[in-house]
Amino acid sequence: MNLRRRYLRDRIMVVFVYLGTLIVLLPLGFILLHVFTQGIGALNWDFFTKPPAPPGEGGGGMLPAIVGTFVIDLMALAMGGLLGLGGGILMAEYPDHPLNRPLRLVANVLGGIPAILMGLFAFVLVVVPMGGFSAFSGSVALAILMIPIIMRATEEVLRILPWELREAGLALGLPRWRVTLSLILPAARGGIVTGLLLALARAAGEAAPLLFTAFGNPFLSFDPLGPMDSLPLKIYVYAISPYEDWIRQAWGAALLLALLLMATNYLARRAMRRG
Amino acid sequence: METENLTVYYGKNAGVRGVSLPVYDRKITALIGPSGCGKTTFLRALNRMHDLNPIVRIEGRVLLDGEDVYAPGVDPVVIRRRVGMVFQRPTPFPTMSIFENVVAGLRLVGIRERDRLREVAERSLKAAALWDEVKDRLNDPAVGLSGGQQQRISIARALAVEPEVLLMDEPTSALDPISTQAIEDLLGELKEQVTIVIVTHNMQQAARVSDRTAFFLDGEMIEFGPTERLFTNPADERTEAYITGRFG
Amino acid sequence: MRSKIYGKPGDRVFTALLVVLGLTVMLVAALMAWELGFGGREAFRAFGFWGFLRGTAWDAVAEQFGAWPFLVGTLITSAVALALAFLPALAAAIAVAEYAPRWLGELVAYLIDLLAALPSVVYGLWGIFVLVPLVRDHVEQPLFLWSAEHAPALMGVLGPPTGIGMLSAVLVLALMIVPYASSLARDAIRLVPRSQREAMYALGATRWEVVRRVVLPYARGGIFAGVILALARAIGETMAVTMLIGNSGQLPYSVFGPAATMASVIANEFAEAEGGLQLSSLLAVGFLLMLLSLAVNLVADFILRRMSVGEGRK
Repeated sequence: MNLRRRYLRDRIMVVFVYLGTLIVLLPLGFILLHVFTQGIGALNWDFFTKPPAPPGEGGGGMLPAIVGTFVIDLMALAMGGLLGLGGGILMAEYPDHPLNRPLRLVANVLGGIPAILMGLFAFVLVVVPMGGFSAFSGSVALAILMIPIIMRATEEVLRILPWELREAGLALGLPRWRVTLSLILPAARGGIVTGLLLALARAAGEAAPLLFTAFGNPFLSFDPLGPMDSLPLKIYVYAISPYEDWIRQAWGAALLLALLLMATNYLARRAMRRG
Repeated sequence: METENLTVYYGKNAGVRGVSLPVYDRKITALIGPSGCGKTTFLRALNRMHDLNPIVRIEGRVLLDGEDVYAPGVDPVVIRRRVGMVFQRPTPFPTMSIFENVVAGLRLVGIRERDRLREVAERSLKAAALWDEVKDRLNDPAVGLSGGQQQRISIARALAVEPEVLLMDEPTSALDPISTQAIEDLLGELKEQVTIVIVTHNMQQAARVSDRTAFFLDGEMIEFGPTERLFTNPADERTEAYITGRFG
Repeated sequence: MRSKIYGKPGDRVFTALLVVLGLTVMLVAALMAWELGFGGREAFRAFGFWGFLRGTAWDAVAEQFGAWPFLVGTLITSAVALALAFLPALAAAIAVAEYAPRWLGELVAYLIDLLAALPSVVYGLWGIFVLVPLVRDHVEQPLFLWSAEHAPALMGVLGPPTGIGMLSAVLVLALMIVPYASSLARDAIRLVPRSQREAMYALGATRWEVVRRVVLPYARGGIFAGVILALARAIGETMAVTMLIGNSGQLPYSVFGPAATMASVIANEFAEAEGGLQLSSLLAVGFLLMLLSLAVNLVADFILRRMSVGEGRK
């Protein structure tokens, strides 16, 4: 019996499996380490409170980008959330609605389309007719990115609620829309919030859809119809710039963005556990 | 095969306590008792299936041809090859054909000769009384078969590696009466070639197919003896209470 | 029965609202396909669909545009990144779901998910300032110098050892897509019933044999789904690639040398595109990129339905 050879292979595969895992984890460790050590030095009071200094001058901060990130992402969440929730509810609560099959197909298709194309689309659809780059167009691009994620999450959490819950509500004499709004959605609150937060985290890290929509803006702006800055955009622009201080701030922005996304992901997980 | 003072701990609780059971060669030994009495736990200790669960600890000895299967240096892989197992539910490998399912154990040891594999598959399927039903579709997926056929595939697969002992854990509990009948009929023939230990919650089944029966209760073996004697004239009143249907 | 009287119009309004929202989603998707195709019409008209697809020139001054270099760039980078990422991703999935003790498995799974949560630009940033110098000094230059001495014919294949180019982009891309492949594979492996493993152990299999012959085949649907998701990600990945690949829209590509992908050329040139034809050509590239993504997803769906086993089925 070639038992020894079989065991040898068994042992070798253990080594390979852990080695493969290590190959995955080591770069992650390096990235996290670098983002932290390089970024922490850039995070100071100015970073959070000042607009960028002119190129090459040094100093300045990320205030417009930080504010812009929140403005753009929250607008996107409002739009994407509404459409995603609507679609998700339709698919889960009205299972035999004729719109469901094409809607599910569309959700899958949208989910598989690269984020940069959302930016192109928002450019053609919003930027061109409105005559200029705007935070709103960036939000539209990110909203489209969020829709399939939210739709799928919503449908999934509603699906796992027992059908008896709906019947119980209907038996009380509640109309169907009241059952959905006051019984089903509250019962699925945790999972829905998780879906929204995951979509937010996914979109908030994207720079590609913002390149030619929100475009970037060195000045603090709250105007949704004007260009606006965002952390991912700023990281990109600074990273490929020749100025040492900008590069330093890019690391700072990367650290800040990574922390924000991790926090969002953490909240998403917690919301799910709370139910 | 026999066990000496076998105790199986799940964490701190003993699921089986101090069982000494002789398993006679080329006979069928049935383990009966109410659910949770430790009969399945005991069975799985015989071919070291508990090794896969880190919280399980075994004390006592399980002797196979006079050697303790839990002795240091004994390889569970070798033991499981000598002591095969059939589970409660049929477990065909869904990505494999009927043929590949049956010869899966031979592939493990690197047997590749087509003729040899075919010969073993035919022999095992015949022994499992399935050959006539599947001989024309050996390359079809095994999951397309009925539950009873799937369970006989599992038996054929276990037989293909020519084990000395075959452990069966309630092999008919998930099957319909006709498939159950087919498998019970099979057992009588199988014992010509292999020692069988069968766990069953069905007393009639134990009475029909086995030569010896052990009655388990709360992790202990209450009584062991020839099946006929145990069912007609139990020595222990708890055995009597169980076989007359007063509990369990 | 108040509810019946007041419920019916309420229900009608509510469903109508949902339908409007659903229709909007569908409209957005349809509009997107239409706009990209329509936006690219000038380019398609000027060069013809196949002419544009197979055209190898990308010259804004001469107003000559063809998508072939970018299509090739996308296909090469994605395929190589996937090839690099697949085994480590699978190994990590096996380690987490099968080999490691529970606490370690959960920790590793968490870290791998973290890898997916990091934004693309952060990978790009790390790539530029950490990976590129590393690759340049310790991989590309030694190899280049060696080939200059021993195999001059290789130099053209290798390309300029500047660090910025195909090799760095592919390495970062591989790293970025690992979590997608790994997490789906992990879930699928966890769904393999214990009875399947036990049945193989009972035949006298070693742990690896159980993994190789039972667990992986059973989980193949999920593993494949992960591979496709990773491939789709690689095809569409923009920022990190744009920052590292050097953005040269010229064939032929070399191992170290600059290149471009469909996504990277859009990111790189769109905001500064001059003239209608270049803009239209970039939109046309976007349209082709969308077709490619759709094709990958459709083919994947088709194959997945054939591969899935048991509860792993979608």
